[in-house]
Amino acid sequence: MTSFLSILFLDREIAEQAESAEQPAYFPDLNLDQAIKEMISGRQDYRLKPYFYTPLHDIDQILYRQEVGKDLENPLLMGEIRAFAEQMVLVRRYLGLIDQLYFKNHKEGWFLESVLAYGNAVEGLAAGISSVELQSRGLKALRGYLRDYVTSDQFCAMMAEARKIKHELTSIQYCIHIKGNGVQVRSYEAEPDYSQEVEQTFLKFKQGAVKDYHLKIGRAGMSSVEAQIVDCVAKLYPEIFSALNRFCQAHLDFIDETVRGFDREIQFYLAYDEFISRLKQAGLKFSYPRVSNTEKTVWAYEAFDIALANQCVALALPIVTNDFELGENERIIVVTGPNQGGKTTFARMFGQIHYLASLGLPVPGQEAHVFLCDQIYTHFEKEEDIRNLRGKLQDDLVRIHEILKHATSDSILILNEIFTSTSLKDAAFLSKRVMEDISQLDAFCVWVTFIDELTSYQKKTVSMVSTVLPDNPVIRTFKVIRKPADGISFAIHIAKKYRLTYEQIKERIPG
Amino acid sequence: MKAYLMYPDRDLDLEQPLPFNEEDLVQDLELTTLWNAMARGDKFLYRVAKYAILTGLKNPEEIGYRQEILQDCLSHPEVIREMYQIPIEAMENKRKNWMGIFTYHPSGILSSSIEMMEMFLDELRKLRRIAEEHASTFASRGFRAFFEMIQKELDDSFFLEAIEHLKALKFRQGVLLGARLGMGNEGKDYVLLKMPEKKRRSVSDIVLRKKPVYSFHISEWDDAGARALSELKDRGINLVANALAQSADHVDSFFRMLQTELAFYIGCLNLYEKLKEMGCQVAFPSPAPMTERKHSFRGLYDVCLALTMKQKVVGNDGRGDGKELVIITGANQGGKSTLLRGIGLAQLMMECGMFVPADEFSANVCAHLFTHFKRKEDASMKSGKLDEELNRMSDIVNHLIPHSIVLFNESFASTNEREGSEIGRQITSAFLDRHIKVFFVTHFYEFAHNFYIQRDERFLFLRAERKSGGKRTFKLIEGEPLSTSFGEDIYSTVFGNTSPAPELATQESAT
Repeated sequence: MTSFLSILFLDREIAEQAESAEQPAYFPDLNLDQAIKEMISGRQDYRLKPYFYTPLHDIDQILYRQEVGKDLENPLLMGEIRAFAEQMVLVRRYLGLIDQLYFKNHKEGWFLESVLAYGNAVEGLAAGISSVELQSRGLKALRGYLRDYVTSDQFCAMMAEARKIKHELTSIQYCIHIKGNGVQVRSYEAEPDYSQEVEQTFLKFKQGAVKDYHLKIGRAGMSSVEAQIVDCVAKLYPEIFSALNRFCQAHLDFIDETVRGFDREIQFYLAYDEFISRLKQAGLKFSYPRVSNTEKTVWAYEAFDIALANQCVALALPIVTNDFELGENERIIVVTGPNQGGKTTFARMFGQIHYLASLGLPVPGQEAHVFLCDQIYTHFEKEEDIRNLRGKLQDDLVRIHEILKHATSDSILILNEIFTSTSLKDAAFLSKRVMEDISQLDAFCVWVTFIDELTSYQKKTVSMVSTVLPDNPVIRTFKVIRKPADGISFAIHIAKKYRLTYEQIKERIPG
Repeated sequence: MKAYLMYPDRDLDLEQPLPFNEEDLVQDLELTTLWNAMARGDKFLYRVAKYAILTGLKNPEEIGYRQEILQDCLSHPEVIREMYQIPIEAMENKRKNWMGIFTYHPSGILSSSIEMMEMFLDELRKLRRIAEEHASTFASRGFRAFFEMIQKELDDSFFLEAIEHLKALKFRQGVLLGARLGMGNEGKDYVLLKMPEKKRRSVSDIVLRKKPVYSFHISEWDDAGARALSELKDRGINLVANALAQSADHVDSFFRMLQTELAFYIGCLNLYEKLKEMGCQVAFPSPAPMTERKHSFRGLYDVCLALTMKQKVVGNDGRGDGKELVIITGANQGGKSTLLRGIGLAQLMMECGMFVPADEFSANVCAHLFTHFKRKEDASMKSGKLDEELNRMSDIVNHLIPHSIVLFNESFASTNEREGSEIGRQITSAFLDRHIKVFFVTHFYEFAHNFYIQRDERFLFLRAERKSGGKRTFKLIEGEPLSTSFGEDIYSTVFGNTSPAPELATQESAT
């Protein structure tokens, strides 16, 4: 048989480690916890969290997934996989049902349905992808594997027998005569449908549609009376029912382990695709990033925060995209500008793009080139913890120190409004010290701050500013643009609108 | 089964949309007065009268079809009223005894449907008796076809079959169900089967029977089993209960349809009797096709004015054949508005197949009838008066199509004569070019004069007559527009310099 390990992993060891992965510490800061929760909602049965918690550190592994993802952009293939997944859901549902049932004929009936759904799932997928053009190593290997599996003697014999039995069961028609407490069961002998006769008599009066008086009767499942009726039917047709019994005994473990694994793992791609397709419909772009662990240049165009975008799309609000670019010797983006102007969102976006790229997934933005980092560290303004006696400033410094102790030149640091609990002078002083350390480290960093001086403190820094509308500074554009910090505070913008700035007042008052 | 008493090929639809200018028509032509006379306090008659009159016929053939039926009604009022009582009685009985079929048990649905159907059958017998007794004395195509249909569809074999069903549905022989095995070997596709004819069964029959029968009993103290069994029985009964309940609804809807179709003629009878009692003349009009231009009448009066005053009112004559524009000028309170309303009412009554309030009346049918009457000041003060008028005009233009009729009553009088005349001139001229017939009541001399001097054969000028000494006759005569509206006369009437005729005083309050 063609060998096929996994649609997510090249390495069995990493695949096994992934099963016990925990949520990375920086998820809440980057709002990745929200986004992932949204992605996997409705897919609990597949236990996808560990996959989303396991960033890859190998370029070839990432490419393996990118190839699969690109193949899946073919709607034909996607349709086949969805159909397969739907059938597999039924396979599990029917099997789960059996444990809750009491009557032999009932259990065996549902077992047969499960096998039939399984056969449809596997054969459908094998046939469906046989003619689809594939580029990815993963799906090509799967195709080979399935082809061998569905043509194996064992599988073919099992399905042929299952279908024969189902066909025979379906063709049975029987009559139930209920009078008092007595029930008689016999074969159907072409008695006419009486409801139709009654309908026919009065149909001439019909003027239009009328109310449906059908009541919903009976739950799903089988009562003891129905079970006894089926037992009678089994006596009427003994060969068919004993064939069913033999079949069930012979195929207790009918699901192939590789098929079972694929059914789960492919949902990683489907979950993400479903999530981003809503955003794509709103006009947002996603692209497969070029990932490098040697070139230290990164950029993305028309990028955005996926968690925020997801909320905005749900509320039909517009979404602002932003670009960033760090060239050869640039490492640190310092973001300044008015509050509520999109600075934090920008910082999250930077982190998200790098994380999603390490999962081998397409990232928000039209085009992206990212660095495969060894770790992401975040430090976002947190609520003060009263149990922590060190005080806020000290706490900030302890956390920063921890980060700097572990970070390497391949790490990514995202700092958001740190040192806010001290004076501007102190904050500036401390920030400069930390920045020197980061610069020394040569790690990538996004630093959101209100300290303008930081924007030009270092050769490695790039200044970016969240902007407002020039003629109405009350309105934020949420565009974060690469430009020097202008040093003008928000209040001055408002003064300008009322023509009360220094120059304006001079102009208005003739000298 | 269809009555086809309103249209030769369809039912009167009380759900169809009313013309967009329904409210204007009701207000301007005082249609509620007409409908109240037709309804005599009956809400249903009112509703049908309203629908019939607002959704008139555009084909003289179809109008003729209704006129014939209405003539039959006028010559057999007692038969029509007796027949109208049948659906009323059926629905009264239903309302009193059933409040509609709703219960949560199929056997409950079935038994109330059986009783209801028995009651309906009694009413249907009455209908057939009327058809048998009176069919030969009716002359219209509509009634001849209707009675023929009743005799054919409600023949003896129908009643026999219906009674047979109602007996069988009491299930003295138990319930016979047919079923198949569905998913999980659960019974599905339950149908209620017709019990085979009961034959005396000899011992040899049982021995010779090829197919085996298996049976079991639910023991007396097996409550769950008994419930399950009755639930199963209900599945079968459910189907036939639905069939019979829907059948009852079909009969019910047949009665409703019959009531609706007859209601219009009952309304006409009511109005006819009322006008006769007041000594007012009515005539069946001759409708001409939409593309022709006809409007000739003798003794045309405003039926709503007569109904309000509870007496005969002055009628007018007009020779408007070939005319596209009729401008009515002359003395204030000289009967101009009354004539305009009379023309509108007669048009609607003619088009719905009724008689009209005149000695003689012929006119072409129109695509749509629109009214643009002067309104009181807008209480909300949202827009100026001319704004309001032009806004309404613009709404009308949105819906105008060729061969419509527009009735203007003192339009654009909220501005001065020069401007109002110019607006009126431009609108009217455009309408004429689009083959829209215009009746324009105005005191704008400039407007009327402008059209008069064109000496166009398509134009007709009517003037409120004024005898020397200021006395009005409420008769309109053909003649050149005069340059004053005799406001002085009104002034002196109000301030009591001349003693007005008693007849005049009452008419003032009504116009």
